[in-house]
Amino acid sequence: MLRFLIEKEFKQIIRHPFIPKLIFVFPCMVMLVFPWAATFEIRDVNLSIVDSDRSTYSTRLAQKIVSSGYFRLTDVSSTYPEALQSIENHISDLVLTIGQGFERDLVREGSAKLMIAANSVNGTKSGMGSSYLSAIIRDFADDLRSEQGQMQGAEAVPVIHIAPQYRFNPHLDYKVYMAPALMVILLTLLCGFLPALSIVSEKEAGTIEQMNVTPVSKFRFILAKLIPCWLIGFVALSLSFGLAALIYHLFPAGSLLTIYCFASIFVLVVSGFGLVVSNYSATMQQAMFVMMFFLILFILMSGLFTPVRSMPAWAQTITAINPLRYFIEMMRMVYLKGSALADMGFQMIALAVFAVFFNLWAVFSYKKTN
Amino acid sequence: MKKAIEVENLTKRFGSFTAVNAISFDVAQGEIFGFLGANGAGKTTAMRMLCGLSRPTSGKGAVAGFDMIRQPEEIKRHIGYMSQRFSLYEDLAVWENIRLFAGIYGVPEKEIAPRTDGMLARIGFESGRNTRVKELPLGWKQKLSFAVAIFHEPKIVFLDEPTGGVDPLTRRRFWEMIYDAADRGISVFVTTHYMDEAEYCNRVSIMVDGRIDALDTPKNLKQQFGVRSMDEVFHRLARENALTSNAN
Repeated sequence: MLRFLIEKEFKQIIRHPFIPKLIFVFPCMVMLVFPWAATFEIRDVNLSIVDSDRSTYSTRLAQKIVSSGYFRLTDVSSTYPEALQSIENHISDLVLTIGQGFERDLVREGSAKLMIAANSVNGTKSGMGSSYLSAIIRDFADDLRSEQGQMQGAEAVPVIHIAPQYRFNPHLDYKVYMAPALMVILLTLLCGFLPALSIVSEKEAGTIEQMNVTPVSKFRFILAKLIPCWLIGFVALSLSFGLAALIYHLFPAGSLLTIYCFASIFVLVVSGFGLVVSNYSATMQQAMFVMMFFLILFILMSGLFTPVRSMPAWAQTITAINPLRYFIEMMRMVYLKGSALADMGFQMIALAVFAVFFNLWAVFSYKKTN
Repeated sequence: MKKAIEVENLTKRFGSFTAVNAISFDVAQGEIFGFLGANGAGKTTAMRMLCGLSRPTSGKGAVAGFDMIRQPEEIKRHIGYMSQRFSLYEDLAVWENIRLFAGIYGVPEKEIAPRTDGMLARIGFESGRNTRVKELPLGWKQKLSFAVAIFHEPKIVFLDEPTGGVDPLTRRRFWEMIYDAADRGISVFVTTHYMDEAEYCNRVSIMVDGRIDALDTPKNLKQQFGVRSMDEVFHRLARENALTSNAN
């Protein structure tokens, strides 16, 4: 009996004008476009410099900043209000003020003050921009110190240099960090929406009634919706592995088998969720809206963009009931760190619990008789 | 003789609205039973209860020998159902729809293909075997729905306004199919509001506002009301009902 239902699901998917294309286009979109867009790396920060000192040092500093490649010098103003104007006009994001007597203070007293003003309407850009800028200025100070040390022949002032070693992603490449997590989003969207829409479209077409009047058990009917979804998820996932390797030269440090193993459970989780939503929805629109609402919530609270650990305690508690969080954690661990199944027992159990929960709910909320 | 359907005081309420009000009747095996009534009289609700799609609020009954309340899934194994709204899979071909439903009802796989050919030959539709269902004209869709509903040789087939919106010639062909099924021992439970079709039934019941107001052979009903056609019987009942509800 199940065989006939699965056969029908596959025929319907293959003949659908849109879904077969989606299975291929979607992974390509997610892997080709999103990693470039979903990056926190800031480049081309627009910078205004107010140079009231007009000394060799101030010119050298300005040159050093511009040559770093992270900043684009928009204007050099002589007063701060003038520079502020360019922030207000959205010409620049940051203003660096070099006060009068910058060079003199540095030489005579060994210290001088600078001011950074940042346009925080775009918080990320201003935060990252000013920290880049501070780092360059620190570097400039180190340069000066060593020059002076050489000139005076005096004993060097003790300086602490920090040389961070970035494990698992040595170049702090954001794409390396995002790509595995984006695969999770891909699976979520594909395998969450497909079964939901498939059941609701049967409701809209009236065919579900013809099914409900047959002896097909609820469990079999739901299983027949899940199995094709599972396969689609695997195809899309494999495709994105290939694309990640091809484009970003990103290979999982751990085993692909571990990922497939987790993915097979995760697909059940999101598909089960989709089925639950569809059982309570009478129309496509309703199912779409409810799915969108929950998926956006899941995605924002998954640690995809912002680390779960830096969320407030109550938000962290909420992420505990977010299946995406566990799978994203697991994906990053396997892809970047090479973790094995044994290291991720907790995530595995959490996902398994979700899978059982949602699918049982889906079976019980599917009403053949009402 | 064993009854195909037996119900007693079957009732369905939606909130304060009583869609089906304590109806009792029985249908014999192989009988063509017409279930008549105006729109909104409760025909479809009653039929959905008999098919196990809707749970009765109260009352009891048996369909194909199985209890309506306790064994709805057993009932589903032994009935066929053709909904008012066409509900085969439009993106599947004719043979694929037949194969799907035959498989679901447990027709052995080896038998499906030859029986499909036989069935299509009987209804004169061999040429449509590979056509996608959405491309069929309405008349063929209805005939195909009926053929699929009785493909697994059920004890009873439920037809909910099967001839709505089709031309008289197709309706006639459709009724030939119904007689054919009844000859093979399948009970036919059919709702309609074409009164000429009521004449083709062995017995008819007429539902008014959730109750069964009349139940007999068409001949007896016409005699009882002293009229010549079922159409007049129906009008009489509707008028009487309007009078009593005004008196209340």
